[in-house]
Amino acid sequence: MEQYIVALSKYFIAICMAIYTYESFSVFRFREEKQRKGIYTRQVILLFFVHFTSFLTICIKTGDLQYLFFYAFQQLAVFTVLVLFELFYPAVNRLVINNMCMLLVIGFVILTRLNMGLAIRQFIIVAVSMALVMGIPYLIRRFREIKNFSWVYALLGILPLGVVLALGNTTYGSKLSYSIFGLSFQPSEFIKIIFVFFIASALYKSTSLLQVAYVTAVAGIHVLILAASRDLGGALIFFVTYVLMVFLATKNFLYLLLGMAGGGGASVIAYQLFRHVQERVQAWRDPWSVIDGEGYQVAQSLFSLGRGGLFGLGLFQGAPEDIPKVERDFIFSAVAEEMGLIVALCVIMVSLSCFIMFMNISMRMRDRFYQLIAFGMGILYIFQVFLTIGGDTKFIPMTGVTLPLVSYGGSSVMATLMMFSIIEGLYIIRQDEGAVHVKKKNRIVEGKRAEGEKETP
Amino acid sequence: MIVSYFFVFLFLSMMSYICVYAYQNQEVMINNSYNAGQQILVAQNRRGSIMARDGEVLAETITLADGSEVRKYPYDSLFSHVVGYSTKGKTGIEDRMNYYLIQSNAPLNEKMDNGMQEKKNPGDNVYTTLDVGLQEAANKAMGIYEGAIVATNPKTGEILAMVSKPDFNPNEISDIWEELLVDDESGILLNRAAQGLYPPGSTFKIVTALEYIHENPSDYTKYSFTCNGSIKIDGSRIQCYHGANHGKVNFEKSFAKSCNSSFANMGTKVDWNSFSGTLNGLLFGKPLPFELESAVSTVKAKPDMTIKDQMQTAIGQGETLVSPLHMNMITCAIANDGKLQHPYVVDHVENANGAVIKRFSSSGSTKMMSEQESYILQGLMREVVESGTATRMKDQSYTAAGKTGSAEYNSERDSHAWFTGFAPVEDPQICVTVIIEGAGSGGDYAVPMARRVFDAYFGAGE
Repeated sequence: MEQYIVALSKYFIAICMAIYTYESFSVFRFREEKQRKGIYTRQVILLFFVHFTSFLTICIKTGDLQYLFFYAFQQLAVFTVLVLFELFYPAVNRLVINNMCMLLVIGFVILTRLNMGLAIRQFIIVAVSMALVMGIPYLIRRFREIKNFSWVYALLGILPLGVVLALGNTTYGSKLSYSIFGLSFQPSEFIKIIFVFFIASALYKSTSLLQVAYVTAVAGIHVLILAASRDLGGALIFFVTYVLMVFLATKNFLYLLLGMAGGGGASVIAYQLFRHVQERVQAWRDPWSVIDGEGYQVAQSLFSLGRGGLFGLGLFQGAPEDIPKVERDFIFSAVAEEMGLIVALCVIMVSLSCFIMFMNISMRMRDRFYQLIAFGMGILYIFQVFLTIGGDTKFIPMTGVTLPLVSYGGSSVMATLMMFSIIEGLYIIRQDEGAVHVKKKNRIVEGKRAEGEKETP
Repeated sequence: MIVSYFFVFLFLSMMSYICVYAYQNQEVMINNSYNAGQQILVAQNRRGSIMARDGEVLAETITLADGSEVRKYPYDSLFSHVVGYSTKGKTGIEDRMNYYLIQSNAPLNEKMDNGMQEKKNPGDNVYTTLDVGLQEAANKAMGIYEGAIVATNPKTGEILAMVSKPDFNPNEISDIWEELLVDDESGILLNRAAQGLYPPGSTFKIVTALEYIHENPSDYTKYSFTCNGSIKIDGSRIQCYHGANHGKVNFEKSFAKSCNSSFANMGTKVDWNSFSGTLNGLLFGKPLPFELESAVSTVKAKPDMTIKDQMQTAIGQGETLVSPLHMNMITCAIANDGKLQHPYVVDHVENANGAVIKRFSSSGSTKMMSEQESYILQGLMREVVESGTATRMKDQSYTAAGKTGSAEYNSERDSHAWFTGFAPVEDPQICVTVIIEGAGSGGDYAVPMARRVFDAYFGAGE
């Protein structure tokens, strides 16, 4: 019996995940949240199936019931999040919430399989973060003055980065974090968000050349500090976000072209200048020839990817732990190996679904500032997903960033949850705008009708 | 909007890339020694069997009562080189097909049943093109001699038999391993048929003849030479085998009698620039298109060669070295109207229930000469059997054609015995190449052995 469950579970999980992913795109057929209600309910059920079946497999495979307790806590947390968001914010966008929970659940499952200790840490961080970010939509909606502090954002961004550069701990050759009270922080994860606020507040009123130059100067400092800290993935994310936000604000293709040319030039310079950039490019071109050195990680990641097949080897049946740093930068390969290519591709699609929803929200915002914020968050998120999965699969050179919400990493997961909450705040603002708009419209229509009634007695 | 579309496009291409990459590189990656995937599969599946073309088992894994596994080779040493072994490293088909042998494509319900009973899944089985009867005949024909025999179907490229001697019993590989390591003299583990390199001797005259015909398509028949047992140009002397005096010979007779003097003379007449092109086309100096490990044949052919080198190369001595498989391939091309169908030894892979998982076939073909040239060579080789050095194969129930060789490999004039040929001449079905180390003349030793292989194939003889 147990063997049957283990053997069938991976197919069941893949099917549930595939349907969930389908639903997360079919959402876009409807404009109103009300019409999407059925989809959301089905998604929550599928989410439950995936989560439960995965942990059931883990329990059977390990013969250890303590996983069931851990599962119960997770399940409780997920339902609390789903219920509380609805309760506090009736106008919330539930696709974003559901997708966020799905990605977190996939992360919990694969982290539990890889390293129970890390999984528990991650769970605690998520629980605490959730409690913290729950208020963000309210704050966003309440404090409209946040538009006007571009220089504050600039300082808030540059100063901590500078401090890290000066004093930070070195992890894997990059200066990324510093410790406060034994907790290690990676400020760049949070500064990303502040950076988006900075650009939005600097460009929402005026996109004059002067203003763009000001943004460019500040963005340049950010990127240079990150490059000097050897956080090239981070530098790249900041840079791309800056270029695309300027493009959206100005609608000027010249800026886009200049940005791309500048980025290309900077990449060439970075390649010439930094040995570790050259090593990563080498490992990307041909990991097999340097499998003993720089190519080892990518090669192992590709092995994982190839071993899995469509439905995966099943939890605890593969060897993803052969990839160094698998629980951070290479979590995608672990998912592909043990849960299968279908689930892995679904993770990509769910991330893409989030991104499309972010873009949708951005496009529908009337206020330019909020429009820029939503857009910036979307770029931050999707570009990071692209960097990590592309790096894991040898599509692009490895840059060493995490897969948001799935990978282990306290700062990363907390910052991503903040981003998602900010998006929810924007969505609620947009609903308010819509409501006001509808009221106005109704008033006009009523007025006209009244006039008409007068004329045709 | 543009930005959204751009990212959607980027992600779609990344996803297709991931699928294609994971699928295409599966085999290469599993075979990489850094990959833990092999151990995972070996722990789950029982290694599949290797079969001959008619379903005889050449290698299988048996689970003993105590749960341990042994790899059994029912024919003992008969297929030792071509099938190979899978403990103490892997060789032959065991190595080449490892990826398939350790996979299991058994139906899902059976896999689950096995899982319940904690049994391993049966691995997929590899079906080869090898013919047990022919392999036995070739093995028996060689007797106590060392050397190799290759038999192929020139039309399809299927390898029917591949014998290399001395051989070993793969069932005992663990026991004899130490001995084998110490003894590097005999090269017992080497698959001489594909990896052995020998001076081709007179079998190379096929190549020289091809070049001469190529350069003189209309008047090669007018060629004439008077042999008095040897030829001497610029102080270098080439002797006919055992100093035989062939008298006045034309092109056909030079070939049939394998007249060294005449071919050495021809070697000084051909254009070596063009010759080196011909040799290229015949795959000299290139890796052979064959799935198992094979050696690269070498030949010295340059426009500015000395007369001595020209004469030596033309008669297959000097620095020329070929593998029996390569000689067989050239013969196949002649038998198949100029086109070499690349040889292959694995036909298909089946799951434990007999459903075909993957089919293999010849990897392609190489045009080695024109049809016209192949017809002429077929005629020349027919004459070798009718009236030349291979008359020991004359008057059989089938018509055979071929070329003998007696390749000297030391200063004492000891020679390897060669024969390479095909039958029946009208519609060639089988090409056989024989090399016997240090036996003597090809006509006396290699020809009778090749005949026994032909006999076995056509059901003639004993």
